[in-house]
Amino acid sequence: MSIVPYRLRTSARPRRSRGHDRAGPLTYVGLLLLVAFSVFPLYWSFVVASHDNSALGAYPPVLTPGGNFRENVDRLFNAGIVNVDFAKALVNSAIVASVVTLSVVFFSALAGFAFAKLSFRGSKLLFVVVIATLIVPVQLGVIPLYIEMIHFGWINRLQAVIAPFLVTAFGVFLMRQYISGAVPNELIDAARVDGCHTMRVFWHVVLPAVRPIAAVLGLLTFMNTWNDFFWPLIVLTPHNPTVQVAVSTLAGSAYVPDYALILSGTFVSILPLLAVFLVLGKQIVGGIMKGAVKG
Amino acid sequence: MSDGAAAAPTHVARRRSATRRRLRRLDTKLSPYLYIAPFFVLFGIFGIFPLLYTAWVSLTDRNLLAPTSSFIGLQNYSELLRDEYFWNAVVNTLGIWVLSTVPQLVLALVIAHVLNRSLRVRTFFRMSVLLPQVTSLVAVALIFTQLFGYRYGLVNYLLNQVGIENVNWEAGRLSSWIALSTMVTWRWVGYNALLYLAAMQSIPDELYEASAVDGARSWRQFIHVTVPMIRPTIIFTVIISTIGGLQLFTEPFLFQPVKSGSTGGSGRQYQTVSMYLYEKAFGGTQFDFGYAAAIAWCLFLLIAVISFVNYLLVRTIRSADA
Repeated sequence: MSIVPYRLRTSARPRRSRGHDRAGPLTYVGLLLLVAFSVFPLYWSFVVASHDNSALGAYPPVLTPGGNFRENVDRLFNAGIVNVDFAKALVNSAIVASVVTLSVVFFSALAGFAFAKLSFRGSKLLFVVVIATLIVPVQLGVIPLYIEMIHFGWINRLQAVIAPFLVTAFGVFLMRQYISGAVPNELIDAARVDGCHTMRVFWHVVLPAVRPIAAVLGLLTFMNTWNDFFWPLIVLTPHNPTVQVAVSTLAGSAYVPDYALILSGTFVSILPLLAVFLVLGKQIVGGIMKGAVKG
Repeated sequence: MSDGAAAAPTHVARRRSATRRRLRRLDTKLSPYLYIAPFFVLFGIFGIFPLLYTAWVSLTDRNLLAPTSSFIGLQNYSELLRDEYFWNAVVNTLGIWVLSTVPQLVLALVIAHVLNRSLRVRTFFRMSVLLPQVTSLVAVALIFTQLFGYRYGLVNYLLNQVGIENVNWEAGRLSSWIALSTMVTWRWVGYNALLYLAAMQSIPDELYEASAVDGARSWRQFIHVTVPMIRPTIIFTVIISTIGGLQLFTEPFLFQPVKSGSTGGSGRQYQTVSMYLYEKAFGGTQFDFGYAAAIAWCLFLLIAVISFVNYLLVRTIRSADA
C-alpha cells in the first residue's frame, strides 16, 4: 500500500495535548442538548407517523411512538387512498440516485485525473472554468432547461433528472484535489515505462487509489440526488415522481392536512439515507472535514 | 537468404515501434481532452447554453402557451423593477437569509469550538450534529410545518407553558420568517460546525500555547486566536450560505399546509424570489417564461453583489489580533 493518501493523513493529527481544553460535565450536558435538538425533529416525524391523526390534538401532546405505523404505511402504498404512486416514487429515486452517483464518481475521477496529473494545453484555464461553474445558481437556467426538455421529449421522464447531473464541477474539483496529493507521480511514470497507455494508468493506478474519496463523493452525490426537489418538481409530475415530489404531493392533497400520512411518507423517504448514515456516517463526517481542509 | 530474413524482421519491428510511438504521442495528446470532455459537453448542453438562452428569453415575451414570441428589449426588466411583488420577494428573501445565516454561523462557531475540546465519543457527537444535513429539504419543511402548527404544534404548546398565547406562525411576516429560519438553521448548523472544526484542527498548537502563557482563557483564545485563524473557512461558509440562502425555495414553498401554489402565504409574507420565479413560470396558468427569465437574472445579480459585499465584510476580521 504505497498509495495511501499521505497528504490527507496530516489532518488526522494525534489528539492535542491542551490540558486546559479537556471537556467538563457542563460541556457534555450542552452537547447532549445539541444532540437532542438534532435528533428530535426526526424522532417526532416517527411519533406522528405512528399514531392516527386524533393523537395530534392530545393535550399534553403524546411524545412516544404509537402502534399505527404499519397502518399508515399501508395507506401510503395504497393507490386508492393516496393520490400518488409511492412505490414507484421510491423505485424512481433509487434508479436516478444510483445512475447519477456511479456516473459522477467515474467521470469526475477521469476529469480530476486529467487535471491533476496530465499536462495539456489550456489545462489551467479550463480548470478555472470548472470552478467558475460552481458559482452559477441552479435557478438561473431552469427556464431554458425546461424548454430544452420539451424539445428532447423528456418532460415527466427520468432522463430529465438524470442527464444534467451526470458529472458535476464539485466532483471534478474534489477528485483533482485528492488525486494530486494521493497519487505519486513516480507511480504513474512507472506504469508508463511498463508500457501502460493512459487509460490503463487510470484504470489500474488511479482508480484504486481514489477509493476513499470516491466513497465520500458517492455518498454525498447519492444524498443530494435523493433529496433534490426544485428541478424534479418542475420537470416531473405526480404520475412519474421521485420520492421528494411524491412526499410534497401528499402534503398538498387535502385541505385538512393528514399529518399521520404526510409524516409517514416523510419518514419512509428519509429512512434509506438514515440507514446509510448510520452505517457510513463516520466516513461522511471525515469526508466533509477533509474537503474543508483542502477547499 | 540470411540477409533478407534478418532485414525483414528489423524493418517490421522498426515500423511497428514507429507506429507505437505515434500512437503513444496521440494517446498523451488526446487523452486529457477526452477525459475532461464529458464534463464540458454536459455543462455545455445543460449549463452554459441554458444560461445564455435565459438572457435571450428575458428579452422576449416568450410564453409557453403562445406559439410565437417576439423581441421586446428590456421591457421585462423595467416592468420587474416596478413590480411590487418582486420587491416584496426580495425583502422576504433577504430577511429570511439574515435571520437564518447570522445565528447559524455564530452557533456553528460555538459548536465547533466545543467539539474541538478533547471529548469522549467524539464521533458520536460529530455524527449527531451532521444528522440534519442528511434530512431532505422536503422532510425538514414538512416536519417543521407540523411543529409550527397553529393549533396542535409542539412549539406553541411549549410557548403556552411559559404563558405565551398560540402564535399563528404562518400568518405573520416576522413569525413566518422566524419559523423558516429555524428550519434552515437546523439543517445547516452542524455541517458548518464540522467545516469550522476541520479548520480549527489545522491551527498549530504553538499559537494556543503562546496565548496560554499570556493567560488567555478559553473563550478569549476563541475570539483572538481561533476565529482569525479560520477566516478563510468563515469566508467560504458565508459565501456558500449566501448562494444557498438567497435561492431559498423548498421550505417556504411547503410551509403552507395546503399547497396553494407558490405565493408564500395569503399576503405573500414569505414569498422568496425563487418562489416568485416559479410562480411566474410554472406556478399557475401564466407560463410567463420571458418575465421569469428576467427574475432569474436579477436573482443572479443579487447573489453576486451580496456575495461580494459579504466577502469584503468578512475580510475585515483582523488576523493582527492574534
